[in-house]
Amino acid sequence: MKKNNCCSKNPVIKLPAGERLCKSHFTKYFEGKVFRTIRQFNLIGKKERIVAALSGGKDSLTLLHILNKLSKQNPRIKVEAITIDEGIKGYREKTLKTAKKFCKKNKIKLNLFSFKKEFGLKLDNMIDVLNEKPCTVCGILRRYLLNKKSKELGFTKLATGHNLDDECQSIMMNQFKNNMQASARLGPISGVNKNKKFVPRIKPLYLCTEKETAIYAYSNNLLDNFTECPNITESYRAEIRNMLNDFEQKFPGTKHSIINSFLQILPELKSGFKEQGLNYCNICQEPASKGKCNACRLLDKIKKVK
Amino acid sequence: MKLNVFYDRENTEKTIELADNSSVKDLLKKMKINPVTVIVGIKDQIVLEDEKLKDKGNIKIISVISGG
Ligand code: SF4
Ligand SMILES: [Zn+2]
Ligand SMILES: [Zn+2]
Repeated sequence: MKKNNCCSKNPVIKLPAGERLCKSHFTKYFEGKVFRTIRQFNLIGKKERIVAALSGGKDSLTLLHILNKLSKQNPRIKVEAITIDEGIKGYREKTLKTAKKFCKKNKIKLNLFSFKKEFGLKLDNMIDVLNEKPCTVCGILRRYLLNKKSKELGFTKLATGHNLDDECQSIMMNQFKNNMQASARLGPISGVNKNKKFVPRIKPLYLCTEKETAIYAYSNNLLDNFTECPNITESYRAEIRNMLNDFEQKFPGTKHSIINSFLQILPELKSGFKEQGLNYCNICQEPASKGKCNACRLLDKIKKVK
Repeated sequence: MKLNVFYDRENTEKTIELADNSSVKDLLKKMKINPVTVIVGIKDQIVLEDEKLKDKGNIKIISVISGG
């Protein structure tokens, strides 16, 4: 990028190589990085109907904002949003409002589904009756709905706002818990194994750090007041996140190293676990690794105690 | 110098005492906040870590961590 006066005057970021960028040059840099990621990993084809998972947080808003730009430049790429209301009091109402407002303003179709309507209970109430961590239940059922609904609605790709920090956390969590099978499902694109029951999932923000994403969101007025899910303190992920941020501060570049080394072994991981094949849940027909999918197993438990 | 600082994660405004000529980095250090996890704004303009703090107010620390 050219050295510009604007960049030395009002920089919003200092890149690892030392270069400073102003708001408008950083916006270009960030979008360029996302478009490069899309090309490098072949995330989006010539003609697609993409649905972006929109939580209302900065990552998903940034993702949708950029995909919407892409769609305007390229009419063969259609973009809509999907939001899941898990039913988390004091948190989801706020982010839901942000999501709706954003879609209305940008004329993006929002497909909204709730745990309450689909499963009969809000997450808050499920936690009361299940002996499980909130994030476990939340994650399994949200992924289940996202996949099911995107497939039913005929989308060709499901895009999520996962950034480089999220991916690093997942890689380390799987490492610490000896769950390499879960790592084999990570990466910038997954679920493409010619399986019609899975809508391939893509992560266009894969190479953007959480901080870069926040700066982009802030600079483009996408950042709302801070809201945090009340359940997050209970999560193992939060511990891993703090550890990685401490490391990054002491040893800059740690997170990029984790991602780069992971990308090197990912093809081996994927082919290593492919042999085991994918089965289907004998209740809901969604993809599952054993007889019953995780979502149906949870829903069974809920039925029993309800 | 005394600074008025708002930290969104804790939703509180704090008064922080720092030596004159301190930088954003010094401020974060004093508040025990990891710079990787926040962006700092003065009058809604993002400032970098090595920037000296001249204004005494309108300092905002914004958490970059996703909320769930
Ligand atoms: S922190 Fe846990 S419970 Fe809250 S939204 Fe995230 S996964 Fe769900
Ligand atoms: Zn510039
Ligand atoms: Zn099932």
